[in-house]
Parts: sequence; C-alpha cells; structure tokens
Amino acid sequence: MAVTPAVGTISAAAQDSSTMTDTLRISVNGTPHELTPDPRQSLLDVLRETLDLTGTKKGCNQGACGACTVLVDGKRVVSCLTLAAMHDGAEITTIEGLAKGGELHPLQTAFIEHDGLQCGFCTPGQIMSGVACIAEGHAGSPEEIRFWMSGNICRCGAYPGIVAAITDAAERA
Amino acid sequence: MLLFTLQKAGSPEDAIAAAQAGARYIAGGTTLIDLMREEVERPERLVDINALPLKDIRVEGEDLVFGALARMSEIAAHPDVLRLQPLVAESLIEGASPQLRNMASIGGNLLQRVRCPYFRMHDAACNKRQPGSGCTALDGLNGGHAILGTSEQCVATHPSDVAVAFVALDATMRVRGPDGERSFPVEELFRLPGDTPHLEHTLLPGELILEVRVPGGAHARQARYLKVRDRASYEFALVSAAAALEIEDGVIRTVRIACGGVGTKPWRMRACEQALIGRPPDRANLEAAAKLALEGTRPLAHNHYKIELLPRTIARALEMAGELA
Amino acid sequence: MNTQFVGQPIRRVDGRLKVTGGARYAADFNLDEHVYAVIVNATVGLGRIVSIDQAAATRLPGVIAVISHLNAPRLAYHPHKGAIDPATGERLHVLQGDQVRFYGQPVAVVVADTLDQAERAAAALSITYAAKRPAVDPSASDTTEIMAEASKGPKAYYPADTARGDADAALATAPVRIDAFYDTARENHNPMEPHATVARWDGDRVTLWSKTQFVVNEQAEIAAIFGIPTENVQVISPFVGGGFGTTLRTWSHVTIAALAARQVGRPVKLALTRKQMFFTTGHRPRSLQRVALGATPDGKLTSIVHEGRGETSRYEEFIEALTAGTGFMYSCPNVRTQYRIVPLDTGTPNHMRGPGEAQGMFALECAMDELSYELGIDPIELRRRNEPEIDESTGKPFSSRSLMPCYDRGAELFGWAQRNPAPRSMRDDREYVGMGCASATYPVLFSPTRARARLLADGTAEIEVAASDMGPGTYTSMTQVAADALGLPLDNVRFSLGRSDFPPAPPHGGSQTMASVGSAIRAACAAVLEAAARNREVRPIEAEGSAQRDPEVAARFSMHSFGAVFAEVGIDSDVGTIRVRRALGVYGAGRIVNPRLALSQCTGGMVGGIGMALMERTMLDARDGRLVNAHMADYLMPVNLDIDRLEAHFVDEEDPHVNPLGVKGLGEIALVGMAPAIANAIFHATGTRLRNLPISIENVLTA
Repeated sequence: MAVTPAVGTISAAAQDSSTMTDTLRISVNGTPHELTPDPRQSLLDVLRETLDLTGTKKGCNQGACGACTVLVDGKRVVSCLTLAAMHDGAEITTIEGLAKGGELHPLQTAFIEHDGLQCGFCTPGQIMSGVACIAEGHAGSPEEIRFWMSGNICRCGAYPGIVAAITDAAERA
Repeated sequence: MLLFTLQKAGSPEDAIAAAQAGARYIAGGTTLIDLMREEVERPERLVDINALPLKDIRVEGEDLVFGALARMSEIAAHPDVLRLQPLVAESLIEGASPQLRNMASIGGNLLQRVRCPYFRMHDAACNKRQPGSGCTALDGLNGGHAILGTSEQCVATHPSDVAVAFVALDATMRVRGPDGERSFPVEELFRLPGDTPHLEHTLLPGELILEVRVPGGAHARQARYLKVRDRASYEFALVSAAAALEIEDGVIRTVRIACGGVGTKPWRMRACEQALIGRPPDRANLEAAAKLALEGTRPLAHNHYKIELLPRTIARALEMAGELA
Repeated sequence: MNTQFVGQPIRRVDGRLKVTGGARYAADFNLDEHVYAVIVNATVGLGRIVSIDQAAATRLPGVIAVISHLNAPRLAYHPHKGAIDPATGERLHVLQGDQVRFYGQPVAVVVADTLDQAERAAAALSITYAAKRPAVDPSASDTTEIMAEASKGPKAYYPADTARGDADAALATAPVRIDAFYDTARENHNPMEPHATVARWDGDRVTLWSKTQFVVNEQAEIAAIFGIPTENVQVISPFVGGGFGTTLRTWSHVTIAALAARQVGRPVKLALTRKQMFFTTGHRPRSLQRVALGATPDGKLTSIVHEGRGETSRYEEFIEALTAGTGFMYSCPNVRTQYRIVPLDTGTPNHMRGPGEAQGMFALECAMDELSYELGIDPIELRRRNEPEIDESTGKPFSSRSLMPCYDRGAELFGWAQRNPAPRSMRDDREYVGMGCASATYPVLFSPTRARARLLADGTAEIEVAASDMGPGTYTSMTQVAADALGLPLDNVRFSLGRSDFPPAPPHGGSQTMASVGSAIRAACAAVLEAAARNREVRPIEAEGSAQRDPEVAARFSMHSFGAVFAEVGIDSDVGTIRVRRALGVYGAGRIVNPRLALSQCTGGMVGGIGMALMERTMLDARDGRLVNAHMADYLMPVNLDIDRLEAHFVDEEDPHVNPLGVKGLGEIALVGMAPAIANAIFHATGTRLRNLPISIENVLTA
C-alpha cells in the first residue's frame, strides 16, 4: 500500500494530465447537466447539494444502508460510494425521475397501497432498489425479494409492506 | 477526504504508467472511497481504470476466466458461472449487497481492506495504518478478529468471500506490471501480517490485475459456500467455508476447503482435505476432518467462539456441497 | 363520535410525497448561499483539551471558520428543562470549556463553502488532550450506583424503591423459586435519517430547519441557550426520518449549527455523520437486572423482586421505566422493586422505543417463563393464574386491561397448542424449533396539547399543531380525526405540523401523539364549528382548542396498554444461526384509528424487538471509552432477509377513560415483549437459558 502523505501536502486538482476531464456531463432523469465537481464529491452529494435533487437520501455515507440507491445506466448502486467525476456520460435515474408526467410508477403506487413505508426516509432508496430488483428478475417470490432487497435497511421495520409492494408491482410488470 | 487528482486510463499501459507515477487504481471504489472519506486511504492521484477492456467473462475448456473489471453481480449471474462454478456465484451473492455487487470489481474485491474497526479510526494505534504504532485490537474488542495467521502486530481478518472460493478452487490470477505479465495462484496474493501488516498483498508497484482464472472440474460443480453471521445478509462472515467435493463410488475423490472470517487471509484447509480423501463422506468423517482445521489456531480474548464455530461450519459446508443432508 | 374515517384503513396522505422524493427532511433544505458545518469530536474518553492547532485547517481552501471553546462566544445557557430532559443535572454546554466528558464529545466545528472542504478541514484540525481513563462499564468495579434524585420518595414517577408486603421474606419461604440476572446491551436508535439542522439568522431571529420530535421544546431550548426571546426562534420540521426517541431532546449539534451560522453570518447546514450519531444523540442504556420470583406449586406468585440498574452520564441523571411494569403486571401480595443508575463517562442516555419497559419487561417476562418450566405449567396458564383484578401497586382499577384476551386470541392464531412443552423437543430438518411468548405493556400517556382549526371560504379546513410525524402516520390519522370532527371529506382537510409557531404539542414519543394531538384537534374542530355557526359570513374563521387528561380520571384509574407476543425461532443445529421463523402480537390498545397504519407500526416495532433480541449492541472499549462499532455495517439491525412472517392483531377494546378518542397508543408496546418472547423461544428450542441481550450465535454455541 502506498505510504500516506502528510496532512497539508495536498495536491491541487490541477489539470496536469491530458486524460483528465474537468467537465462532467451526466444525464439525470433525462435532463443533461454539465458540471465541474470537486473530484471528491460523491454522486450522492452532487445530486443533493449541487442539483437539489434531495429525494435521494444520505443515511450512512458508508455504503451500509442503501438509502442513497439510484440507477446508473439502469443498474442500482449506492451513490454515496462512488465519485461523481467517474460517471461522465452516465444516465442517472433518481426517485424524482420515476413518475412520468405526474403518473406514479407502479412500484410507487404499490408502496402506498401496501404501506411499505413509515418515516419515508429509506423509501426512495427502497423504491429505486425495488425497481432494479424487479428488472433483474429477482422478484419471483417473497423470499427472493427479501434476499435481493437486503441492501436497503428500513429502521421503521416496514419490510412486510415493502415485500408486498414489490411482489405486487412485479406481478403487474 | 484529501484532495486528489483523477485521471482516466484508456489502456492498461496508460494505467500502469500512471501507477508508476504514484497513482492508485480505482475501479468500483467501494472500499477505497469509504476509506478515503475516513482519511485512512490518502491517495494523491487516482487513475480510473473502468474503461480498460478487462470486463469479459469467458469459458476456456473447463476453466472460467474473469476480467478484473467484471462486476461481482455480473459474474454471479453469468450462466456459465452458475453451471461450472456455483461456489463462485454463491460466495459472490452472499457478500455485500446487490448495489455494492453492481459496483465492485472482482479485482478490487480481492484487494479490499480489513474491517478491523481500529484500522478505520485515526485515533487508534494500528500497525497496518501506521507501522510501529501498535495494535489496538490485540487487547481490545476483537470478537470479529482472526484465529489463524495472526501476529503480535495484526489480528484482522481478510473480509472477502469470493477470495475464499478462489483459494479453495486453486484459482490463479494474471497481472501486468512495468516489467511485463505474470501469473500466480490467488492464494499467493495475500500476505500474512507478520511484522509487516501494512503490506497486504504481493503485487509489485504498478501491477494491474488483468484476470482471474478458476479451474473447473467435477468437484467445482459440486461446491457450496456457507457464510455464518448474526444477520441473514449484508454482514461480514463470523466464519465461512467454501467446500468442493467429488464423490465417486461412495468415497471422496477430490475435496477442496477454504475458510473466511478466521484467518488474516483466506485460509485453505489442506489438513482437512487430506483426511477426507478416499473416505466415505459420512458425518463422522466430515466432523473428524473438520476438527483438523483448529490446528494452529490462536484465539483472542473475545473470539473463542470461532474455535467452536469453525469445524461446525466446515462440516456443514461439506454436507451441503455433497448434498448429503 | 362520528367515525366515518376514524377506524378506516386510509392510505397515508403524505404517501405520494414520500414515494416521489418530494418530502423534505431537515438536510434537504438547500438555502441560498448556505455553507457547511462539520463537527470535530473528542478522541479521548475523559480529560481536557490541552491545545488546538487550527492553523493548517484554517489555511485550507474554502474554510470560513474554525470554532472551538478557544474562540466561541459564551452562550447564555439560561436554565431550561423540557418535558423530556432529565430532572437532575445540566445539559452539555458545547464549545464552552476545555473539559471532555466522553469520547466523541463535540470540541470544535469547521465551516466551509462546501461539504468536502469542511470535512477535510475538520480532519486537519490538530488537537491534543490530557486524557484520563473513563469509566464506561456499569458492571465494572470502578463505577458506583446511585439513587437518582428524581426517583427518591414514594411520589416519584419512576421510584427508586417500591414495596408491598415483604417480598424478600416471601421469596425465602417460597416453595418454588426463580432468581436470575439479566443484562441488556446499550443500543443506539439509529433512525435512517441522521440528525441535521439548517440554521439561518435574520438579525436576532433564527430559523432552524431541524430534525426534531419535540418542535416547541427545540424552540424554547435554543432561545434559552442563546438568551433570546422564544418567539425569535422558529423551528421547521415537516418530516422526521425516524426517531425512536433520539430526537426528543435537542442535542448539542443544534446549538452548534445556530452558533456557526451566527458566527459566519450565513445559513449553515449541519448534518451529523452516522458515526457521530453514536456519540451525542442519546442511547438506550445498558441494563443490569435481577428478577426473583417465588410461587406456590400450583403457580400462584408469592413474591416478586425486581432490582434494576441503568446507565447515566456524569452530568445528568437519566431515568426511565425499568421496573415500572413489575408492580401491576401480575397479582402478587409481596413485591419489591429497586431502581438505581450508574453514572458513567458517556453522553447522557435517552428514551428509546419502549424506554425502560423494553428492558424491564425482558427480565420479568423471561423470569415468568423460567418459572413456568420450573413449575411445569404452561406459560400462558401461569399468567392466567396470576391475572390481577386491579392494579395492585396503586389499588386502582384498570381503565381497561385485555392481557388475557390477547393471550387467548394470540394462542389460537399462533397455534400455541401445537407446541410440545418440553424444551429441545421440536425440530424441523436442521433446525431446533422453539416457541415462546411474553407479555407487553406500556402506560397510556396524554399530555396537554393545543390545536388550531380554520375553515376556509371554499369549504376546506386547515388544522395546525406543532406535532411531528416520525413515521406512525400523524399526518394521516389527524386528518381522519379532523375530517370526522368537521364532517368533511378527507380531501378537504389539510393537516400541518412541524412548525414552532403552531399551537404546542407534547413530545412525539411515549405513544401519546394520537391521544394528545388527536384530542386537541377534536376540541379545536368543535370550537371552530361553534364559531362558524355564530358567524356564518366570516370566512376564514379559526379557533383553537386544547385537551389534557382530567385529573379526576387519572386519580381513579390505572391506564395501560397490554399485549401478548409470540415468537417461533429456528436454531441451526450445526452453526447456531438464530432465525425468527414467525412472530405474532395481539394488543389491547383501545381504539385503532387506522388499521393499515397500525399494522405497519406494530410489525415495525416487532422488527425493532427482533433487533434488540438478536443483534443490537453498542460496544465501548473500556480502555478509552471509544465506540468501536459506530458504523452502520457494524451496529447490526435487521435487514429484509431477517424478517419472515409477522402478524399484528388488535382485540376490541373500548376505553372511555383514557382520552376522548379512546386510543391507547401503539409505538412503544409494539416493541416491548418481542425480545423476551424470542429469548423464551430460544430456551424452548435449545433447553439453554440465555439471559443477556443480544443473543447471538456466539451465545448459542458457547452456552
């Protein structure tokens, strides 16, 4: 492992490499954005703090709760553990991009119908993860859903409703 | 997090050149960014290797070959993996979460760093983080720590699940560095902490993992991974066991066993394997062989339970692999 | 009472906001020109700060301010005791001196233009300490138990000592005895939403977009700390991402956010990290308990002794209901309870879902289970034989008590009859299977509350209370209550909460929101209807109403909820993994305002109980008070795969005494009872009695 540099000897984000890009082009919920993030900024912080898309939540910032789940090019990821600058050209889908023209996504409707939420803070992550879970073909049974939804913690314990909602939406999909 | 520069590598040569100039590789980043946020990792330069053509998953004869940038989820879901190497698939989906498995590359998984809580805390002495500073875990809360391969300098377990499967299956890896390519068993990637716990692996400066090759065979198709933990998912192993079995005419012809959660690296259990060759796979034989895993174990103040759990886990994994119960 | 909507399984009225990401929680408020604050925490467990070198941090890009006790203004810290603060002691005065009382205490705050800059600078701050070894283990010899000031005397709410008859003498002569020690772990609430405050000053007025379960207290406390008039503080808290008690108090980060914003003259956003939440936002204290039971051979209790110790900090005396349920749960002529606390070098504990009852009932209900095996009497039958006619601790009748109906219904639904009473007798393939049960209880609280109702010209109504909704569905249930009270369709009622300029509500905790806020809303609605009848032309027209418990009723009745909880566990015969195969709770909780939400709340509480039973434990390193597992991956809570079949049911219970709505509350009782039911099921499965929580694979294997 590399020896760690002493505090204070920080290299500036100087553009000393021809392969470096300082402009980040991402599409979020179909809207293109051109940004110049601090290289340290997580995708989560760019969504929340730069783009004011605060539906995606910061629950632990440790990759250990799933509240920040978004889709990157269709795949579910935890946006807290990935640098925004590494997603040039990516298509990001967040909870704000799920409903189409005021019409809720079937899984959003199912979450309300089956009361798959209480405080609502993990809910955007649960729904984004659930959308992916269905798309991956991992929603064939309640047991399968429980396994493939275990990356999203719900401290209120709304798991039975979450599983029911995903089961329902998967059957309709 | 300390500031750093980020560059993108267009080819392995680019990446290796950047690494030679002091950059750290970043692929999924799930370990690196987490530890950079804690300022345990403090790279000044990162080179993003995700654009490198190292993502393929292919079959060569009975062997499976994974590009280093193939994601955990891609490998776990691949039909050839499920057919030829179910143990690899199972060990992958038992690790982390679906989201993290979409992010983490197989090369990065092998290089993930230890989960010792004191390693993550700047205000605690840690020989791995700061050589010579001491080991806080040695007399601390070490319930999750290792019983095999420890030293006075470090007692942290290696956290990877799939590495346990790879070590069991005699997987090899190919790497490229400034001086060319070389291949070696995955088992040889990991170092014991000894007096140099800050050195975790045997990669030379600038070396880039290209691929992992897992040899197939009858035993590999009859293989399971058992991960024991207090939470049903999304937790590191207390103890895990990878077991592969080939049974012919009622006796064990081939057997491979490796364990996680117990060693400072993924731990191959060769004594257990040897004791089983040529024997019928009955419960008594499995249990007797599993007990041999305890040779050389050194429990700490809070992890005695792993002494009890390790042979039970091995015996059960063998039963699962052989579909014996 | 018009119940067109009350009692109906209405969908959450805020559901759409929550499933679309439109619900804004504290840290979701992005103000113009706001900057970021990051707290720096002490890295020693006790001692004092010797030096702070902030030169390097100050030079870093984007850094606006580094504030510590060296340069922070002296804050007024006028006396303030909220309804939720410990009666004895004084809150942590933050950034006011060099003393370090516990590991992780805030010692500085860094403000910078961006979050990354602030985090970097916080890490770059160089602080030296003179450290002493803290005492953090209440079972260790370097600690001393005390009697909390507020628990002294017979009139104390949580008395240190209670007695009827002579429990110790009766125990000594009891034909059958159980005498055991129980140890429950320190836990952290860990709501999904980290605590956060966005603070903005306008002159000498401050607005706080803040996570809180007690809006008006946050307002009053910040006013007291800064020495400004209460009305100069506005707290806005429309959504609370889980609480479980942790945001009942206004912790030091709120003060720090306001302080930082005033210092830099710009709005400041401050969100705690997950790790920081373990330091300064309260915790369920560890408990050390002894329960001794004496009984006749036919199962009549002759003695109950319950001695419990909890944790507190050195600077405040936190007390809770650890032994409160013991006096009235069962009929017994001789009962003695004792409650002490152990001051430690940690932050002050705080109420966590089912505070006190969760741990106390764990010990009592495990002891009852132990006694049932000792006697050879079915555990439900044992409880039936000791079912009291009245609350024997006060001599008052219960306003309602459905414990045995809950057991009867639960036993039937759960299939208790299929249980082979012998331990270690049931197996399913590779699992030892066990079934256990336990009683749950929680008092029916009802605190003074005001509400405002307004009728508009378009026929709709607006209702306002400074209440909170941390997840139980306050928005929905209050809309139901108001719609019924006004005779309006649900869609014509808008209920707003979470603003300190609304009429005051009590803490959103203790399962009292439905009773208190709901009753006040009914009163306000009645008042506004009356006003509207008098002034048919004036619209909008508004009126306030209030509600509180009639002291005469309180003097006449003992008011509690009761429940029976059942669990079936499977223990892997080889590796000892513990799985809750299914669980079921039946509750007598008065009127159920919304069955859909009540079901969710109760099964959610059971999930919390499963965590308490099998996973949750905050670990402190005794050498320096360090919190070792202050991380979401290391402090285990149930994930989806841990939760199989959960059921919650309610027995019909009409209780006209508790409050005008006849509701008893659900939040706490839903958790109480789950842990002992699981522990009792584990004994039934294995034949090994495990008395310390959490019960892990390690305990099962090495018992």
